[in-house]
Amino acid sequence: MAKDDRQTLKKPRNIATLLSILVPGLGQIYNRRFGKGLLLFVIAVSFLVTFWDYIDIGIWGLFTLGTIPREHHSIQLLIQGFISVIILVFGIAIYLFNVKDARRDAIAREHGKPNPGLFRAMQDFYDRGFPYFMILPGLLMLIFIVVLPLAFMISLAFTNYDQYNSPPRKLLDWVGFENFVNLVNVEIWQDTFFNVFTWTIVWTVVATTLQIALGLFLALLVNDKRIKFKRMIRTVLILPWAVPAFVSILIFSALFNPTFGAINRDVLSQFGMMIPWLSDPFWAKVALIMIQTWLGFPFVFALFTGVLQSVPADMYEAADVDGGTRLQKFRFITLPHILYATAPLLIMQYAGNFNNFNIIYLFNQGEPAVRGQSAGGTDILISWVYKLTFETNNYNMAAAITIIMGLMVSIFAFFQFRRTAAFKEEGRY
Amino acid sequence: MAMNAKTKSKIEVTLIYLFLAVMFVVIAYPLLWTIMMSINPGTNMLVTKMIPDNPTLEHYLWLFTDPGSDYVIWYKNSLMVAFANATGSVVLTSLIAYAFSRYHFIGKKYGLYTFLLLQMFPALMGMVALYILLSTIGLIDSLVGLTLIYLGGQIPFNAWLVKGYFDTIPKELDEAAKIDGAGHLKIFWTIMLPLAKPILAVVALFNFMAPFMDFLLPRIVLTSPEKYTLALGLFNFINDQFSNNFTRFSAGAILIAVPIALVFLLLQRYLISGLTSGATKG
Repeated sequence: MAKDDRQTLKKPRNIATLLSILVPGLGQIYNRRFGKGLLLFVIAVSFLVTFWDYIDIGIWGLFTLGTIPREHHSIQLLIQGFISVIILVFGIAIYLFNVKDARRDAIAREHGKPNPGLFRAMQDFYDRGFPYFMILPGLLMLIFIVVLPLAFMISLAFTNYDQYNSPPRKLLDWVGFENFVNLVNVEIWQDTFFNVFTWTIVWTVVATTLQIALGLFLALLVNDKRIKFKRMIRTVLILPWAVPAFVSILIFSALFNPTFGAINRDVLSQFGMMIPWLSDPFWAKVALIMIQTWLGFPFVFALFTGVLQSVPADMYEAADVDGGTRLQKFRFITLPHILYATAPLLIMQYAGNFNNFNIIYLFNQGEPAVRGQSAGGTDILISWVYKLTFETNNYNMAAAITIIMGLMVSIFAFFQFRRTAAFKEEGRY
Repeated sequence: MAMNAKTKSKIEVTLIYLFLAVMFVVIAYPLLWTIMMSINPGTNMLVTKMIPDNPTLEHYLWLFTDPGSDYVIWYKNSLMVAFANATGSVVLTSLIAYAFSRYHFIGKKYGLYTFLLLQMFPALMGMVALYILLSTIGLIDSLVGLTLIYLGGQIPFNAWLVKGYFDTIPKELDEAAKIDGAGHLKIFWTIMLPLAKPILAVVALFNFMAPFMDFLLPRIVLTSPEKYTLALGLFNFINDQFSNNFTRFSAGAILIAVPIALVFLLLQRYLISGLTSGATKG
């Protein structure tokens, strides 16, 4: 038994593995692949020499956020900490590659394969590494531009970083879930959060559903065989999508302006009405939902128009033979077909409106102001986060709300996953 | 009975046309109103008229000729960012999509799911960190910094889209090429890219238009007026308390909206087919 153990330990593959675990490159040298071993060793050493100090400070900073006020800048330490983690992960990846590589070469030698020449070795490396080379540039950008900022934002939610407590004058501290507790317990936050949250949900559901319903209805109407000039009609119906949204929103914000806007001045005045579109929260919300419907239906319309043409005609013919009514045909043939084909894009519409900062901010900056709360009457979560960040510098609260938004967004993503999983079972992969 | 059905059908068709006519008015009214505002003289919105008594092109002229107007610079800035963004995004995403569609590697499955999740997070969520990062490397108030953020941010959605399209290209094609001795890059260059032209055009177009439409990122990244992109510059026309200038804004807005709308209308068919094939087959 003990002899067996020693036997397995002595196998070249295990010796090579062990040697590369101890010193990167050593296992390769044991395998008599000197060039590769030396290269890996040099890489490992230069990695340590270059990054040791940076990573050391970074990891320390990540835990402590600095210890001497004015000298240590907590935010910079935090970012350095995250970058250190990223570098460390890459380092560990190279290290693991080194171990696996030594083992693989040793196994090949055990089977009596001769070591490949330099050219052959390079060729192998290129072949195996090709997909990694392809994704590397994008991956790096993704990590530094998307993942790192998100991680940073998440971490801020667990600090006490606000307008009174900000570096370099003061140090930040980790405070655990305190910000989340404040969000639901401290009165001013609690009220605001509740109001903004419910309006965000109402906004997402109502505005998106309206734009989908209108888009679907119009697609069905225009698809009717008896309708002529289809191309012209479709072009006009797509116009709101073609005009850049920020332009249309600013135009609407002027149109709804109570003093000079055409809606009150030219249209509603005919009926002797004046509606305070911008100063009354309720009417501002109504206006926003109408505008979003105007902006959003053409995309859905175009999408459904495309899909409608792919519904197999024989299904309708079969339904006709069975004496199906128009409603039944719609309910059992058309609707399932188009929803199945477009569900991921429709889910994205909901997610998009949930995060639709542009319309809220450009229409009237989330106004009107509401007494006793830190968000305006039409602010949704994301525009509130923007205000907390860039206007009142309540970074910690902004971050906490961002995390809550992230969780909500993940729900949308979950439905996306399920959709994709369904496709996978069909053998699309 | 037959007569009855015919009348019913006629009424239906009339109602449909009526509804469409209402939609036309709702769609056209804001757009026409803007065009009319842009040819109203002066800046006082209270005296503007839907059909001005003496229409004028003074606002258009002002944008291009007045020394106080940065409009041409903004146009140039937007075009530069748009070109860089369109080319960069096609290169980055097609490389990633090729790897994801044709190769097996560690982290492939979770990578795809991560893309799906990340594409739903708006850039605003990481804005504070981006701002700090850009200032540490000196790219705040720079168009390069702005372009970099656009390029990174578009990856999850577009890689997913292009990967879905690549999956529809039969694998037999590249296997045949491999037997003929073509390398990885050669297959990518001579088989995948030419066949994926429609979706790559969609990606290029999307990313070309994004800088013209986006207002939030430039507002955070860019600070000096000569660096502004069009959307930001125009927003300040009406946002500045001292120059609440809607007529001028209308003229500037029309000059962006018309070319973009034209391109969009010409290409929207490809957009839709690209989106449905990419997104549903991902």
